[in-house]
Amino acid sequence: MPLTNALRDEILAAVPSLRAFAISLSGKSDRADDLVQETLLRALANIDSFQPGSNLPAWLFTILRNLFRSDYRKRRREVEDAEGSYSKTLKSQPTQSSHLEFEEFRAALEKLPQDQREALILVGASGFSYEDAAAICGCAVGTIKSRVNRARSKLSAMLYVDGTEDFGPDSTVRAVIGGSGN
Amino acid sequence: MAPQGTRLAEKAFSLKELTNGDSMDSTMKDPKPLSPRSAPKGGLNSEIQARIGHQLRAMYDDVVKQGVPDRFAELIRKLDAGEGPPADMEGLPQNSAGRE
Repeated sequence: MPLTNALRDEILAAVPSLRAFAISLSGKSDRADDLVQETLLRALANIDSFQPGSNLPAWLFTILRNLFRSDYRKRRREVEDAEGSYSKTLKSQPTQSSHLEFEEFRAALEKLPQDQREALILVGASGFSYEDAAAICGCAVGTIKSRVNRARSKLSAMLYVDGTEDFGPDSTVRAVIGGSGN
Repeated sequence: MAPQGTRLAEKAFSLKELTNGDSMDSTMKDPKPLSPRSAPKGGLNSEIQARIGHQLRAMYDDVVKQGVPDRFAELIRKLDAGEGPPADMEGLPQNSAGRE
């Protein structure tokens, strides 16, 4: 369909979550923004192939994900400067203790296999249904479900020491204690 | 309004009784063994999973809250106006190795 005003507004409205997805995938804000830009260029160039009435965010996420897979993953290995670059993108700096926990979480997320990380983000953060996430990743719904489950259990193993039950409600203490684990 | 609500409540109650009895029965017949493999799915993980979900969304939403950077609004506006991809997108952290 042609680029109507409504469609253009919808695309713009999807930009914040596209960026969040890109940053979650790549862990780097500058590359993530390049990725979003490339996604927008592709989307607009191929707007005729978008089916009116279908899920526009899912369509955009699919483009972004494929771009990331084909190109950015390779580049990513080249530059491993990541330290703290993600947190620089945050307007509101978290307090120090939650910042520590946040960095810990981000690092754990980056250690997940790509398949599992993207599935977890799409379902757990972007709010896509398992069906939409499966369409975005080009795989079966059951595959997405098991990737999400594996991602969750790996994260809990990495972050919460094998899931011991005796961590206190005070995550700050836990984060401080766990901070030496790197 | 009120009578209908009461009727619904009664209905729900009897349904609950029914299903309670039912599930009790099936639990007795087929107690699910707590295999070590299925153990992590239990209570300990529900709290951990909730925390993971919370952190994931917090991380994501921090970016979402930043809205649409000017760069993208500008890009779409220019493309929309038929100007083609601007050659002079100022302020782009373009690594010169990349494009084209």
